Amino acid sequence: MSEVKAAKTIPAREEMPVQSPVLRICNFDEVALGYSEEQALIEASRCLKCKKPKCVESCPVEVDIPAFIGLLEKKEYQQAINKIKEKNNLPAICGRVCPQESQCEKTCILGKKMEPVAVGRLERFLADWDLRYGKKSIPIIKQSGKRIAIVGSGPAGLTAAADLALMGHQVTVFEALHTAGGVLVYGIPEFRLPKAIVQKEIESIQKLGVEIKNNMVVGKVNTVDELLAQGYDAVFIGTGAGLPYFMDIPGENLNGVYSANEFLTRTNLMKAYLFDEFLTPIRIGKRVAVIGGGNVAMDSARTALRLGAEESYIVYRRSMNELPARKEEAEHAQEEGVRFKLLSSPIEIKGDDNGWVKSIVCQKYQLGEPDASGRRSPVPIPGETEEIEVDTVIMSIGQGPNPLVPHTTPDLQTNKHGNIVADEKTGQTNKKGVFAGGDIVTGAATVILAMGAGKNAAKAINEYLI
Amino acid sequence: MYQIIDKQILAPAIKQFIVCAPDIAKKAQPGQFIILRIDDIGERIPLTIADFDRQSGTITLIFQEVGRTTYEMGKLDAGDYILDLVGPLGKASEIEPYGHVVCIGGGVGVAPVYPITRALKQAGNRVTSIIGARSKEHLILKDEMAAVSDELFVATDDGSEGQKGFVSDVLAQVIRQSDSIDLVVAIGPLPMMKAVSAVTKPFEIHTTVSLNPIMVDGTGMCGACRVSVGDETKFACVDGPEFDGHLVDWQLAQQRARMFTNEEGIAMKGFCAGGECQCQK
Repeated sequence: MSEVKAAKTIPAREEMPVQSPVLRICNFDEVALGYSEEQALIEASRCLKCKKPKCVESCPVEVDIPAFIGLLEKKEYQQAINKIKEKNNLPAICGRVCPQESQCEKTCILGKKMEPVAVGRLERFLADWDLRYGKKSIPIIKQSGKRIAIVGSGPAGLTAAADLALMGHQVTVFEALHTAGGVLVYGIPEFRLPKAIVQKEIESIQKLGVEIKNNMVVGKVNTVDELLAQGYDAVFIGTGAGLPYFMDIPGENLNGVYSANEFLTRTNLMKAYLFDEFLTPIRIGKRVAVIGGGNVAMDSARTALRLGAEESYIVYRRSMNELPARKEEAEHAQEEGVRFKLLSSPIEIKGDDNGWVKSIVCQKYQLGEPDASGRRSPVPIPGETEEIEVDTVIMSIGQGPNPLVPHTTPDLQTNKHGNIVADEKTGQTNKKGVFAGGDIVTGAATVILAMGAGKNAAKAINEYLI
Repeated sequence: MYQIIDKQILAPAIKQFIVCAPDIAKKAQPGQFIILRIDDIGERIPLTIADFDRQSGTITLIFQEVGRTTYEMGKLDAGDYILDLVGPLGKASEIEPYGHVVCIGGGVGVAPVYPITRALKQAGNRVTSIIGARSKEHLILKDEMAAVSDELFVATDDGSEGQKGFVSDVLAQVIRQSDSIDLVVAIGPLPMMKAVSAVTKPFEIHTTVSLNPIMVDGTGMCGACRVSVGDETKFACVDGPEFDGHLVDWQLAQQRARMFTNEEGIAMKGFCAGGECQCQK
């Protein structure tokens, strides 16, 4: 079958059912509702089942996409989800938050002629089916007798933990917060990734025999060296990008200025959106400015609306074309009424007499030549500034590596940004038996890239141990 | 889950828990703190470690009932559990033989200053201590502080014990009467630490204070605890909690402590409505 001919008979991509914008800005329920079975079957039928599938190559964990879609089409849902799980231990999460448009769906052959197959939505359909109806069979695993300590229970740590447990090793995960999940629970909002889903995925990893110890700040309660001395045969560090950046502009410490990390942690992890029932407060004004253009910025701006802000701005120094956020997230934000102040970036935050934010003064920019990132660089327009009245400012300009583990592991090599230096393929650091992966190595990136790093490290740790 | 082994009421609204937390007890150093959450709906609050016993695997927490969480905590008894307890967080105090040190605790701030005082004494320093409170009945750890100090002064706002006035007034006298003072450590309410820093500044006596701003995670992840020290923004949870009192922007610290006053009031109302608190009495 030629591709051109195929395209003529192939139906259009199935739309994702969503909560309407007017409704959803009044609640924290999930925005994307998921395909019905009928929709999933139609969407699955669009897959060309390419002999040399490009999509698999562009998946950081190399899920056999045509195979799982083929099984889905035959309604072999259990087998289809099992096929995904051969490579991906967190499908319900990845089906929701992976940037498929820049990975598997980007290289989908069908995408040359029409919209690519909605791989992520199909993955989510199967993962949700599995959480509801799936047979939970725990494989019998021959134990190796080796013990592995994993530092951090985010996507990198959880993936490494699950894979290593499946390889027969005894895995203990150390988490600093009171709940496991890392950025999946403190960062990504409920309306994009329900915490009940994260909880279920974590429980399924625990069922493999992985022990999770919450409230354990490695570096403080135990150092990496102490873990090794206690008899752990290897340590994997997946501590993430847990250090918020600020802009170093006047007024940044006024009341009403949050880092996105603080704003989202209060809301998501501590459930401040249910304040009174839960005791962690969040203070949200009528007018909110979120500084930055990434997914975290979109999450913050959309969260602000749900918390009752009347105006929620994204203030970003380049234009819509350079916006680092996923297209879908930016579109959802716009539908919900988030307003974009582009080519603009604050140079000062002004406060009232009591120390509360009153306004931000923004420098206006125009686009210049492409910079190192390949995106057109923002060039300030001399003398052009704009003052925006706001009472809350959320800094979402990125995060650095959390220094707690590197600082307490003196012989662990880091780069000038403080990221741990680790082999791209194996996660091996300069320290024997110590591996690292995810944002602590790469700087802030995506859930799936962290998972890919966790997976690679698991493989390498297994080889190191046997 | 962390069990409360012992509970004592030290003063009106000031309570002491000895909590079973072997991992923390093993590592705790003077000056460090923990973050706790008493139950599923609770907020995370930081409390300085008032003492630790590595053998028995316990830590001592002393807290004043000032808001919803500390009032709820006050209702717990020996045998009850605290859901989450994480630590030891922050940097430890720098304990060295400085020479003559003055350790100052105000109100519930005497609790965190106590292990620092003891460590400074053990390190061979000559220790002068000054503790203060609103009145005699609010004064805590007097005997404990006396036991680890070469001399102890007491100040109360109403003069019901020791000198009438503030610890900073006593400090001014001690400075006048001493040959030299190599270090002052002061922990207590912000206005007290600010006043102490103002007293020592003209004499160029190095003054360490311990800040306890609003925190969420306590690991440097959220930045809620930003303080300005020498015109640089620091995170109290990982860069502190101890800072040079002469460099702290006190006005900013006081302003940021008021960030959630309104919400704290709402949370307290929910608690007071049940009639269980003593706050109106």
